[in-house]
Amino acid sequence: MYAFEYHRPASVAEAVRLLREKPEAKLLAGGHTLIPTLKQRLAQPSDLVDLGGIAELRGIREEGGALVIGAATPHGEVETSDLVRRTIPALAHLAGEIGDPQVRNRGTIGGSIANNDPAADWPAAVLGLGATVRTDRREIAADDFFTGMFETALEADEIVTAVVFPRPRRAAYAKFPNPASRYAMVGVFVAETDGGVRVAVTGAAPCVFRLTALERALAANFAPEAVDGVTVDASELNSDIHASADYRAHLVKVMAKRAIASALG
Amino acid sequence: MKFGIGQPVGRLEDRRFVTGRGRFLDDLRIDGALHLAVVRSPVAHARIRSVDVTAAEAVEGVVAVVTAERMDPEGRMHIPCLVPLKNRDGSRRADPPRPVLARDRVRHAGEAVAFVVAESRAAAEAAAEAVAVDWEELPAVVDPARADAAAVTLHEAAPRNVAFDWHFGDEAAVAEAFARAAHVTRLELVNNRVVPCAMEPRACLAHPEEGTGRLVVWVPSQGVWLHRQLLARLLGLPEARIRVRTPDVGGGFGMKIFVYPEYVMVAWAAHTLGRPVRWTAGRGESFLADTHGRGHVTVAELAFDADARMLAYRVRVRADMGAYLSNYAPFIPTLAALKVLTGVYRIPAVSYGVLGVFTNTQPVDAYRGAGRPESIYALERLVDVAARELGLPPEELRRRNMIAPEEMPYRTAAGETYDSGEFVRLMEACMTRADWAGAAARREEARRRGRLRGIGMAYYIEATMGDAEERARVRFLEDGTVEVAVGTQSTGQGHETAYAQILAERLGVPPERVRVVQGDTDVMEEGGGTGGSRSLTAEGTALLEAAARVIEKGRLAAAHHFEAAVDDVVFADGVFRVRGTDREIALLELARLVASWRERPAGLESGLDADAEITLSAYSYPNGCHIAEVEVDPETGTVDLVRYTVVDDFGVVLNPLLVAGQVHGGIAQGVGQALLEHAVFDPDWGQLLTGSFADYALPRADRLPFVDFSYIEIPCRHNPLGVKGCGEAGSIGAPPAVVNAVMDALAPLGIRHLDMPLTPARVRAAVAAAGG
Repeated sequence: MYAFEYHRPASVAEAVRLLREKPEAKLLAGGHTLIPTLKQRLAQPSDLVDLGGIAELRGIREEGGALVIGAATPHGEVETSDLVRRTIPALAHLAGEIGDPQVRNRGTIGGSIANNDPAADWPAAVLGLGATVRTDRREIAADDFFTGMFETALEADEIVTAVVFPRPRRAAYAKFPNPASRYAMVGVFVAETDGGVRVAVTGAAPCVFRLTALERALAANFAPEAVDGVTVDASELNSDIHASADYRAHLVKVMAKRAIASALG
Repeated sequence: MKFGIGQPVGRLEDRRFVTGRGRFLDDLRIDGALHLAVVRSPVAHARIRSVDVTAAEAVEGVVAVVTAERMDPEGRMHIPCLVPLKNRDGSRRADPPRPVLARDRVRHAGEAVAFVVAESRAAAEAAAEAVAVDWEELPAVVDPARADAAAVTLHEAAPRNVAFDWHFGDEAAVAEAFARAAHVTRLELVNNRVVPCAMEPRACLAHPEEGTGRLVVWVPSQGVWLHRQLLARLLGLPEARIRVRTPDVGGGFGMKIFVYPEYVMVAWAAHTLGRPVRWTAGRGESFLADTHGRGHVTVAELAFDADARMLAYRVRVRADMGAYLSNYAPFIPTLAALKVLTGVYRIPAVSYGVLGVFTNTQPVDAYRGAGRPESIYALERLVDVAARELGLPPEELRRRNMIAPEEMPYRTAAGETYDSGEFVRLMEACMTRADWAGAAARREEARRRGRLRGIGMAYYIEATMGDAEERARVRFLEDGTVEVAVGTQSTGQGHETAYAQILAERLGVPPERVRVVQGDTDVMEEGGGTGGSRSLTAEGTALLEAAARVIEKGRLAAAHHFEAAVDDVVFADGVFRVRGTDREIALLELARLVASWRERPAGLESGLDADAEITLSAYSYPNGCHIAEVEVDPETGTVDLVRYTVVDDFGVVLNPLLVAGQVHGGIAQGVGQALLEHAVFDPDWGQLLTGSFADYALPRADRLPFVDFSYIEIPCRHNPLGVKGCGEAGSIGAPPAVVNAVMDALAPLGIRHLDMPLTPARVRAAVAAAGG
């Protein structure tokens, strides 16, 4: 690990100010990607701005029928929240399948989506539910937020403060974990929302994406069989030592069916 | 007796471990210690054009930057391979040198090229990063199956990358048997290469000893003596000038037996600089610099007569040695694997050939089971495949060929003499507990849920190994402690408890009074260390002998004290009594008394303290039956292990809790190899692609089922305790049992064999190819 300056601001405004003053600074949320990267000397930030001391970033609440999850809320709190289980149980389920208890007690939703790891779980929920990402300065629609591998619409000095999830009619997440890391080798989030059916796929490609062909099929028939007529193009998917692109394409369909069946209860 | 042999005594060492008071190497604090960081090759095969240390030396806090030229100007510091082995043509195996620091060429990614010693770990790491090496990268040899045909050779001393071409057996007799066989089953399989992944990474701490000036070297070993011997040889010091110590060790699995380059660097630096020096591997370094295990490509053929009786067995193995021969590497696939080549079956003729090959990968050496898992896996897979081909239930083919108890002692065609074992009895006991008969109904029930369920068995036998000699030394301390020094080394097994139990029973002292001392060349001049499941058979026998001597001395002392004849003194339950009188004295009290005598009678000069040195007449042959039941999700390829039953014969069981712990851990590692673990290398460039836990999959508790473990005690005839080793058994039996179960599940699809690890991707690909 290289040396860095450590800051623990008490407000979002102060954190933003630090980011502006220190162009080589990095935000520290749960640290599950950043700390290992630092330990392996793969990153050399001048400063770390720890978001753990900012109370306004943490917590889960209802707001005009939507569910608002503070960016620094750990996965474990989402997993066990009565409010989440009552309103959007699929999110509690998704949170409960991230990593292991240690990870869930430290990792945060804001850190996960800001990092936008291709195999992270939260991006599937955010895109699948058509959520809105709230930052210190604006609101960003999920469809505009995830722009590429480890890339988002966030500006360099912009901080995610919360994610606003509209309540779907029904939704579910089915994940096929990587046997080693337990990140999603393929994860499919399916939701029937007021704005239509949405299907988001994580783990399979360089960036979370919507499977629009399946969305159309499900709009006509929200049933597992709808998946059968959909083709998943393997040429755009990831291939690695754990899974070929063809296997991932196959898993997308299997997980989609399971998510739909689960959403139907 | 509450704490005696056979009792489930809770582990005495666990209070220390679970309250965080274990002292592992990195916990040792020593003032002013310098930190050592290793400069490792980023490539698997390259010539070193130059090494520039200028920038590294300029880093603040750096004390020394050391290259091969500096450490070893004459090029003599080579870590030796200690196993002599003859090729089939009578010539000796290749013996290419393994330098501590690479001089002009690196042969695996992670090989050490230089090291830095600095005042802090951060400075050492920063300077290590600043060492500039100019590499001329070479093509890498990666696949052991094709290493001898590669265009590139690793070592001048090993043409065609062949380390050895070894053979055992009677090829002509085997060929004759195959010619007249009614049926031959042939199987090609891979015993996947794995990384040991001990919870505690390797480390080393060395410092000059105050007063004596000797070099004290701390390593997390499985026995300190090999380290003293080789460090002395490499540093050019007499062994008496080096003291090696081992504190608590967090898992070894064979991998911590060996002497590694880093230990030589740390010891050399401490010796040369006259200051304490330490190094602790990061997890990434563990993947790159620990020895790996297994790595066999095998062709096995079994010939049967018309009654499905085994006639002959032919096995050809290509064993991946990695880039260099580690201390015992050539022994593992050859003589160690040979011990149980024929398993528990009557096979009259064998031909076993092993081609050891060099590849541009980490050196491979012993890993839990060390050769015996490889042999049992090949044989037990082959037996299952043969049973299917012959149209026999797998248990019937086994039953028909198993060596019967009345044939014991039985000399196998591989040259081992099994002393005892009731294989059919254990197999049937395991089948009953596993409800083998009900498996068909469970398969049908699973099928209705869309799952493919299968059941598989494996019958393993192990031959324990290692030094047949062992020592024990019992000392009665003033405070009433019975200190026992041993030549073995616990790496988590619970030796402190096991040995205390033996002494508690034999000497009638409370086990908490017994203190086991291990891991110090000053305390024990020689010892066999722990490995090959030898500790209880060898050390247990030495402890019995030491206890017997204590009792003999005690009778002498009691006779002297009570002015009675020695023959009238009897010992029972910790008390010496004079027959026919009410005169008696407890052992510990007697020990204190004798210590206080100004003048001691002949034979009691050292009080009741006693040393023992024993040689086992032969090894032990633990064996047993594993039955696994799995459910395969044909859509994803996921294998769920849903039921696991094991019935073992470990001879007399000293402590059922300790044994269960060994069995559970061994099975977890075996299941890991069968389903998850795989050291994957880039096929062209030799990089380890599974170099962290993000890519190298270890088994986790939530994926393992409850293990139904039981045992049948058939005493070993080769040691007075009647014990057989249990440390490696689980990792031997589990892989074939699990794979046989998965193949049983997939049999309806016509799938005959898949290689480990049976990952979802691999299983799904096979299901898809079979039209599922």
